[in-house]
Amino acid sequence: MSRAGFVLSLSLALALQLASAPARANEAAPLADDPVVEQRLLVIAEEVRCLVCQNESLAGSRADLAQDLRREIRSLIKQGKTDKEVMDFLVSRYGDYVRYRPPVKPSTWLLWGGPFVLLAAGLAALVLFVRRRRGTSAALSPEEQREAAALLGEKS
Amino acid sequence: MKRFLIPLALFMVLAVFLALGLNRNPSEVPSPLVGKPAPMFTLPRLDADPQAPAGTANASFSPKDMAGKVWLLNVWASWCVSCRVEHPVLVDFAKLNIAPLIGLDYKDQRADAKGWLAKFGDPYTLSVVDADGRVGIDYGVYGVPETYVIDKAGLIRFKQIGPVTNEILQTKILPLIKELQR
Repeated sequence: MSRAGFVLSLSLALALQLASAPARANEAAPLADDPVVEQRLLVIAEEVRCLVCQNESLAGSRADLAQDLRREIRSLIKQGKTDKEVMDFLVSRYGDYVRYRPPVKPSTWLLWGGPFVLLAAGLAALVLFVRRRRGTSAALSPEEQREAAALLGEKS
Repeated sequence: MKRFLIPLALFMVLAVFLALGLNRNPSEVPSPLVGKPAPMFTLPRLDADPQAPAGTANASFSPKDMAGKVWLLNVWASWCVSCRVEHPVLVDFAKLNIAPLIGLDYKDQRADAKGWLAKFGDPYTLSVVDADGRVGIDYGVYGVPETYVIDKAGLIRFKQIGPVTNEILQTKILPLIKELQR
């Protein structure tokens, strides 16, 4: 690319940038609306799964539904609802699945307790194994003694 | 031989868990709404004149109008690709004429929705317009199409997430409607 061409395209890019700046400023407006509401929205939305793209949080998702739900949460916060009430609003519609931290209840006991049960089982197995090993004497029988000596003798 | 039994048993347990986990569809989230009253709403009908005043007869629809009837609520949109897959099944269902089928046109443009129905055929008793998706949120909609079977008392008895296939219609929805209509 010639130098003049480079300057031209650079200034064109700059012009486009400037032209699109007001549009972007418009889009960002709701965020600056009320920092307190936004902060609370963010805290709640981080805890909530976006159902359209299930591995994303509601805070991080750009899915249409996520944007609608953020709008809904925003209006609930402005109505003076507590965080728990907002969470209940979401759970009553989409179920416990929307929460990244499932509540502890009979159907989730295995989920919450499972790792600890496995850990206890592992520890128990380890203790049993070590005890059993300690039980068998470490002394070698005369035959093993001879075998060992022969092997060692070979090496040296 | 005996020393292999424990690892084998552990492996079997793990295999069963993995098999169960792999055979489940992660996009099917059990709806907490099944067994609960269908959320109320009043929405303008798709076929009504958008300029008509709110009080005009036949301009709006509410689940209250369906009290005492078993009916289906189907969430659809002209932008929804799976809805086209589902559409012929709904047309067949409408021909059976056994229960009203109400369409909830979700986050759509009126003109597009009307065009869609004109092009593919209109299986709905009537459709209502949920332009901003607020009613959809009340119904826990997260993937269009979704279909609800609502009983005479206004309770949601069944929710289908994703397209209704002929199989689901024949094995689940039709028997359920017959049972509820009794």
